[in-house]
Amino acid sequence: MGEGLSDQSLADYAGVSAVAIEGVTKRFGDVVAVDNINLDIADGEFFALLGPSGCGKTTTLRMIAGLEFPTSGSLRIFGDEVGTLPPDKRPVNTVFQNYALFPHMNVLDNVSFGLRMKGVEKKSAATQAREMIELVRLDGMEKRKPSQLSGGQQQRVALARALVNKPKVLLLDEPLGALDLKLRQDMQHELKSLQRELGVSFVFVTHDQEEALTMSDRIAVMHDGKLLQVGTAEELYDQPVNRFVADFVGQTNLIDATVIDDEMIALANGTKIKAPNPYPGGTKVAMSLRPESISIGAPEDVPEEFRPTSLHGVVQEMNYLGHSHVYTVGVDWMPLEVRTNATPTSIKYEPGTEVAIWWDRRSDWVVPDEGYSS
Amino acid sequence: MSTTRQLRGGTRWALSLNAFLVYLFFYAPIALLVFYSFSDDPLVGRWGGFTLGWYRDFGENQEVQNALSVSVKVAIISTLVSVVLGTMAALALERYRFRGNRFFDALLYLPVIVPDVTMAVMMLLFFTEGLSLVNTVFGTNLAKGLATVSLSHIAFSISFVSIVVRARLNGMNEKLEEAAQDLYASRWQAFRHVTLPQIMPGVVGGGLLALTLSLDDVVITQFVSGPGATTLPVYVFGLIRRGVSPLINAVSVVMLAASILLVVLSLVAQRARGESAA
Amino acid sequence: MTAVVDKPTEQARSATPEFEAANERQKRRRGFLLALPAYAYLVLFFFIPLGIVVAYSFATRTRNGSTSLSGWNLEAYRKLGEPIVSDILVRSLLLAVITTVICLIVAYPFSYFLATRSPAVRNLMLVFVMIPFWSNFLVRNYAWRVLLGNDGPASQLTQAVGMGETNILFTQTAVVLGLVYGFLPFMILPMYAAIERMDWSLIEASRDLGASGFQTFRNVALPLSMPGVIAGSILVFIPSLGAYVTPEILGGGKTTLLGSYIVVQFLTARNWPVGASVSTVLMLVMLLAALAYFRAGGRTL
Repeated sequence: MGEGLSDQSLADYAGVSAVAIEGVTKRFGDVVAVDNINLDIADGEFFALLGPSGCGKTTTLRMIAGLEFPTSGSLRIFGDEVGTLPPDKRPVNTVFQNYALFPHMNVLDNVSFGLRMKGVEKKSAATQAREMIELVRLDGMEKRKPSQLSGGQQQRVALARALVNKPKVLLLDEPLGALDLKLRQDMQHELKSLQRELGVSFVFVTHDQEEALTMSDRIAVMHDGKLLQVGTAEELYDQPVNRFVADFVGQTNLIDATVIDDEMIALANGTKIKAPNPYPGGTKVAMSLRPESISIGAPEDVPEEFRPTSLHGVVQEMNYLGHSHVYTVGVDWMPLEVRTNATPTSIKYEPGTEVAIWWDRRSDWVVPDEGYSS
Repeated sequence: MSTTRQLRGGTRWALSLNAFLVYLFFYAPIALLVFYSFSDDPLVGRWGGFTLGWYRDFGENQEVQNALSVSVKVAIISTLVSVVLGTMAALALERYRFRGNRFFDALLYLPVIVPDVTMAVMMLLFFTEGLSLVNTVFGTNLAKGLATVSLSHIAFSISFVSIVVRARLNGMNEKLEEAAQDLYASRWQAFRHVTLPQIMPGVVGGGLLALTLSLDDVVITQFVSGPGATTLPVYVFGLIRRGVSPLINAVSVVMLAASILLVVLSLVAQRARGESAA
Repeated sequence: MTAVVDKPTEQARSATPEFEAANERQKRRRGFLLALPAYAYLVLFFFIPLGIVVAYSFATRTRNGSTSLSGWNLEAYRKLGEPIVSDILVRSLLLAVITTVICLIVAYPFSYFLATRSPAVRNLMLVFVMIPFWSNFLVRNYAWRVLLGNDGPASQLTQAVGMGETNILFTQTAVVLGLVYGFLPFMILPMYAAIERMDWSLIEASRDLGASGFQTFRNVALPLSMPGVIAGSILVFIPSLGAYVTPEILGGGKTTLLGSYIVVQFLTARNWPVGASVSTVLMLVMLLAALAYFRAGGRTL
């Protein structure tokens, strides 16, 4: 395992997927936890399953791991069907939420567990485990029990315990959920570089959109058991497929609107805006406008080119966040969030001030109001 | 626990006094029993100088020795069997759903609830009728004895063991078993290397409870023992009914010491539980 | 490595509802097989004996003291209404209630006190409650027999302080004393657990809102610790009602209670149907009490 693999995986990129999920559904009694999803995860990819709790992301991960069997559908790992294999017969390993380290074993025994179960001779298992412990920088801690380790150290033991088996795909269930903010940011970094070093696909589950955006090559957004959108961070952020994704990934203003024709939409207050869209006239849509894309100023300062589409309103609230000012601006029918960079020279608008807001036409994005496409 | 739990003035004194009296109530009779077991006076409850004579009598009394050996045999057999069966039942109920599991769950609680007199009656009728049936059908000559006592003790111990083990399983992170499977352990390996070490304090605790219950039981044993299978409590109970004697004091102190030893062992087992739970 | 290959997973194929169902079935079967030995044991050595007792309670006692199972009747239950038996029933109930109430009164302040100690002290105090709890029951009763005996230590003490002889051995008082002694830990442990679990900031909130110590106890602490009170009461009431050893040792022959009555019916009077019917009734009362216990959210011990 090493640099060689990532070169090869690049060469194979067009070839077979690390994980291929085809039409997979999982029911628990009457509840459809995962609803007919299709997903391809490439070799060497850092892939995130993102969604709110109960969206089916953990069930999806558990099906890849073999801890849950799909109700129907095909699940392949490097081309081999594994849908009905138990976990101990699959070439994947998992970093569990809260790690699930064996409390009665020390670090070395935890890490070498998988090898010993596979029948690797004890000495060799210990040697390999030691190497892995060194890789996650825990050398010297081999004899400690999990309870004697910090949260970050436990997390590294969990990583080492999974990686020592040389899985073809590493699965991580909310791997950073139990850590505090500072440590979480460090570990994000470490995970990312570890993944690059090993060249193995990492599939991780998270409800934290920021974490998903920071770490992943690609992200799949799930909601109510359905897969809504798969794409890079930029694609999700700039071109969400529907209202849910727009709202869940990053912060945004969603302005209710109606389609006039394929070039124009009408905002809720009647303002007509040029917005190319694929929807038939009369469709209810929402226009997603990111707070940082909106400019704010005195009504008379609106640049000429933005005048037809600018909106007028009153500042309701102003919060200073150090690097930026966040305004809540009440336009006729709804409050909008506006974020400006805070520099010593920037003008502040106190609550009660009448202002105008405008935005670059390239930064809005129209999403269907209802119905999540799959 | 950030909240301070403070008691004020009068309440505090009243509660302290109450606690003191409760402990006095608990331990004064036991202390006196121990004290008088060393008294060289044939009348119980009177001090006649220090002696170990009653303990010597205890060691030399053949009937006591026989009863003791029956007690120990029964306790060991019933503990071993009930620990195995009780642990399996606990695993089944905590980790699996199966047809009839609710009924089984309820059935498992019954022996805990039923008073020992009723249980004694049940076992008496069952073994009387059962043995006579077997003897008629197979022409055997089976009678009540060590086996019937052990079988009865197992019948009530299984439930206690399974309750203790279940509590332990309940507190165990189920993800650990999944993690073991994810790391290539077969079901048996996962049990052997992960589940069993985790529930061991519960298994040991349940076993000690079964041992205690078996060594404690008078009523049920009395009904199913038959001649030749008299346990120590049954023998002592018979003696007490005839009156107190310093010999009973000595036997009692030995039994007391045995049960306190078991408490200490179970506390050690719980201590181990506390450590591995982290 | 001992590979356990499951039937449905002999070869990998894509998942189907049939496979999922088969897997589910197999899991159920595995659970059932695991439970089976204990299950079978209890059916054979507990459930069937239970059935036999219930069956005998409908049987007839023949002249020579044996029992005839032909001709089922309610004769044995009718006997329960006769003064001799109903007196015993009432007396047993009464003593069980008195025992429970005394345990309540003693255990509540004790548990409250326990819960206000520092964790280290608390654990130590708990250990010293556990020791009598685990100690041999017979021996503990015998200790009282020695203590209360004719011219025994208790009597010597009362005489020394000029209160005359203590002569309560072989009375109902002695039986209640023995029962309280035997079952007090059953009251303390669940009660302590409930009080310990209580959110103590609620007590502070109550005081902050101007409630007196007693008002706080009455309106906040007591309702919150009620599950423990109920659980403890039932755990004391059940064994007190069925007690046999304590009345035999401390009550002498004079205070016959249910337990002794049943034993006599089986071992000396040889009236098995009546003994069986009393046992059945006793068991039903216990079952009801146990149901109440689980209703109150109790878990065993």
